[in-house]
Amino acid sequence: METVINMEALINMVLLTLLALITLGIIRVRNLFAVVVLTGAYSFLMASVMIVLDAVDVAMTEASVGAGISTVLALSALYLTKTEEAPPRYTAALPLFVVIGTGAVLIYGTYGLPHFGMADTPMNTGVGADYLARNYQETGVPNVVTSVLASYRGFDTLGETTVIFTAGIGVLLLLKRFRQEG
Amino acid sequence: MMFAVAILAVLAALALAVVRALAGPTAFDRLLAVNSIGTSAIMLLALFGFLTDRPEFLDIGITYVLLNMIGTLAVLKFFRYGALGHAQDPERDEALR
Repeated sequence: METVINMEALINMVLLTLLALITLGIIRVRNLFAVVVLTGAYSFLMASVMIVLDAVDVAMTEASVGAGISTVLALSALYLTKTEEAPPRYTAALPLFVVIGTGAVLIYGTYGLPHFGMADTPMNTGVGADYLARNYQETGVPNVVTSVLASYRGFDTLGETTVIFTAGIGVLLLLKRFRQEG
Repeated sequence: MMFAVAILAVLAALALAVVRALAGPTAFDRLLAVNSIGTSAIMLLALFGFLTDRPEFLDIGITYVLLNMIGTLAVLKFFRYGALGHAQDPERDEALR
């Protein structure tokens, strides 16, 4: 088990380093087409990080929205503009300051989070046990995760399904060949 | 152990693909690199599933393969026709050939 945990940390470190490299590349590259392509690579690596962190559903969303639909939408937008990025009109000082400030606040915020896997966090002491005890009588679904997703959190799941449906429409539009009119 | 070594190898391949995606002189280099990044990520996903005794990750891998293909198709179609979901223009097709 020890090697598995070390392996996870190693994979995460490598993937996050590659993500940082790709981000720097996206900032430096001036060709917007290359930026779209690199963003797709970013999404795929991010999805891998999510999977290693055991958030498979988030990874799925990241891959379908980030690498799939975002690429298509960005390409459609690119059709309406030029493919080369215009030289910046203002200096980057203020945006840089805002971004670094936000990042610092977020990192400061992580110090308030409970440690990973602690037993006495609100997540593990609150409603979780309650759901485990009640879900079968209330919903009749043996799988707790399914009962939460489809019953207790039904509207949220409806929203997610809408997102996936939209993605499906995008794929259909992409694969369809339109006839010329007239 | 075997899966761990395989994961290391895939990570190395991933890093090389990222280097090509960043350096790639033409857009096609980047496109192919991103395609192989996607493939390596799927390999990583499958291997990680077996490493942590959850082989059902393979199903997710199949979905990723489909997404990867759709993304590449979209980009290539954009290259060919200059737009997505555009009417097929036989004359332009001929000119490109």
